[in-house]
Amino acid sequence: MQKSLSIDPGKCTGCLQCELACSYDNEGAFNPAKSRIKVFNFHEKGRFVPYTCTQCDEAWCMHACPVDAITLDKATGAKIVSNALCVGCKVCTIACPFGTVNYNADTGKVIKCDLCGGDPECAKACPTDAITWVDANWTGLEKMRAWAAKTDAGQQASA
Amino acid sequence: MAWAKNILRVNLTAGTCKNEPLNMDWAMKYLGQRGLATKYFVEEVDPKVDPLSPENKLILATGPLTGTCASTAGRYSVITKGALTGAIACSNSGGFFGNEMKNAGYDMIIVEGKSKTPVYLFIDNGDAQLLDGDQIWGTSVWDTEDWIKAKHQDQMIRVASIGVSGEKGVKFACVVNDYHRAAGRSGVGTVMGSKNLKAVAIRGSKGVQVKDFKRFFEASNAAKKVLAGNAVTGQGLPAFGTQVLMNVINETGALPTRNHRDVQFEGAHAISAEAMAEPRKSDGKPNLVRNAACFGCTIGCGRVSTIDRTHYTVAERPQYQIASGGLEYEAAWALGAATGVDDLDALTFANFICNEQGFDPISFGATVGAAMELYETGVITDKETGGIEVKFGSAKALTDLAELCGRGEGFGLEIGLGSKLLCAKYGKPELSMSVKGQEFPAYDSRGIQGMGLTYATSNRGACHLRSYTVASEILGIPEKTDPLASDGKAGLVKAFQDATAAFDSSGLCIFTSFAWTLEDVAPQVDAACEGSWTAETLLEVGERIWNLERTFNNAAGFTAKDDNLPARLLKDAAKTGPAKGLTNQLGKMLPEYYSLRGWTKDGVPTNETLSRLQI
Repeated sequence: MQKSLSIDPGKCTGCLQCELACSYDNEGAFNPAKSRIKVFNFHEKGRFVPYTCTQCDEAWCMHACPVDAITLDKATGAKIVSNALCVGCKVCTIACPFGTVNYNADTGKVIKCDLCGGDPECAKACPTDAITWVDANWTGLEKMRAWAAKTDAGQQASA
Repeated sequence: MAWAKNILRVNLTAGTCKNEPLNMDWAMKYLGQRGLATKYFVEEVDPKVDPLSPENKLILATGPLTGTCASTAGRYSVITKGALTGAIACSNSGGFFGNEMKNAGYDMIIVEGKSKTPVYLFIDNGDAQLLDGDQIWGTSVWDTEDWIKAKHQDQMIRVASIGVSGEKGVKFACVVNDYHRAAGRSGVGTVMGSKNLKAVAIRGSKGVQVKDFKRFFEASNAAKKVLAGNAVTGQGLPAFGTQVLMNVINETGALPTRNHRDVQFEGAHAISAEAMAEPRKSDGKPNLVRNAACFGCTIGCGRVSTIDRTHYTVAERPQYQIASGGLEYEAAWALGAATGVDDLDALTFANFICNEQGFDPISFGATVGAAMELYETGVITDKETGGIEVKFGSAKALTDLAELCGRGEGFGLEIGLGSKLLCAKYGKPELSMSVKGQEFPAYDSRGIQGMGLTYATSNRGACHLRSYTVASEILGIPEKTDPLASDGKAGLVKAFQDATAAFDSSGLCIFTSFAWTLEDVAPQVDAACEGSWTAETLLEVGERIWNLERTFNNAAGFTAKDDNLPARLLKDAAKTGPAKGLTNQLGKMLPEYYSLRGWTKDGVPTNETLSRLQI
């Protein structure tokens, strides 16, 4: 079964444990500035929203890359950047409609979420289940469950 | 490891920024943050210095765990000689600034001297410069943070700044980071303002290392499970915040009300966590939007709130119709019970202004309470207050004074003196509910006896965060003691003081101590830091820090006479509740405390004690 990251901003407290876990896995240090997942704090709205690559099927980044440095990991569905091939041209950062591919000036390569080979550290580190690792075909299941419960409550009230 | 081993020394008089290595011998004895910065401060600053003179220094300091994935490990502290107290000051803040400082490569920033013109310090990964602050001088914390991010075209910058109150010399001004996280007490922001330093802005991406990552993950993950499984840190604080205490402390008869004339507030429920969750009439939404976490925190006690859009404070002012930092317990108490005001929206508005203009809601609210007593007893009149009816229970007086204090204008500037100077100015020093010039927080020491000793002996003036014996006396953590009894409290206070100093020096939040003991902290510090760290060594570090702070205060001119409480708490018995008929028994506790500390009967650490602690 292919799995997918599922993000529920309503549960996010903005603690950045996901960024800490991501940066350690990729950079070997606690360094949120180098995290592939970012939590956005819309502070005047009281909302925290984690955001990262959604691993598009027809990935703009992958198609735009002139040296074929971005490839599909068939097992996980992740689009993976090969550091050996990446020339740092940044065309993928322009092609991506969502901004989730970014350039790392320290290495001269681009960085993006690679789903940690199928066991994402961000989901494991999240203390509130705002980020979960679920069946790719059913990322909406928990939201459906919550609404289903409300529907049922309505039935019970009228019964 | 864990430490960046690097300090930034900024001399505002000379306009220079220089890097220097961290003194690792001192780090091994004082750990970091509160302890290590105090060591630097004591070594470098004359205890008799005028807090607002260029000779005073201001240190921003992280702990070794700051910036790691340990739960709550994003803290930093501001250490200086306090403008409000004249004592050693150390104010701790959360948010995200501490992590950014560590990631920029600094354990500490030591600020010296005074700039001729307003400046801000800009740090980009170890490259520090002083930049012209003329355009932000005279603006709020919120506008300053927005302006700096816009000017540098970088929303990822973290900013700690002062508001207009700190520029105008309000004695209890804060340093505020991330819009509503504050190094709040003792006037550390006032000192920053006196140096013409408006803000410190940081971007950092160097990464934070620990000694043994594998062991560190094991220790920090185990400790996170303890927090999640604990009723206070896993359920109470995320759901209700510290405001869960409002009704509890009121029922205990220890909620200081109307300048400590009463110990229970009839309006407590209206300003409680429960009230913050109730839908309001105008739009059906509650005051509380959601909880929020500081950096790395798996508790998430922070409150995000909105004000009723039909409320008089914001109806014509859309800029305050936003979600922002909501009431926590100490602020709700000071702005509410201490003043007799039970209007939740007025309290939330006053709290927004405290954050926006950078001043301490505890000292502000308590001083307004004192002013209300001065006004109601006819000591001051409309002539002094500029026409504001400063009566107990007046929400309008509270919010008007918050805005005036924030701008440093009119009677707001007199409130900004703090209660000690304000009451002394009008010939009623006994009406100031303070110790060493700092106002009490939200626990009446007639109903929670240990807190009397806590306040009297706190090295930064009256404070609950130096030894929170409420945990034991009310909540039963780590074990229940009788809040009405003074027996055994000397030992309890000492134990809390020493452990707290260790927590405060690690980079962790003291709220973890509802669930953690130093046995939970030590494995995390030991896996992260060079050296060998156990609960015992951490407790010894804490005791060393406590005594170092005490020696500074003694050299600054404080004596045993300053380890005292206002007569109201020692002579006027509580009128209602479980503590009815009781006063605080400080006289019974203090001699035992001195003895347990290894101090003389005059409160001076003996040579034997200092040498045992290698001070």
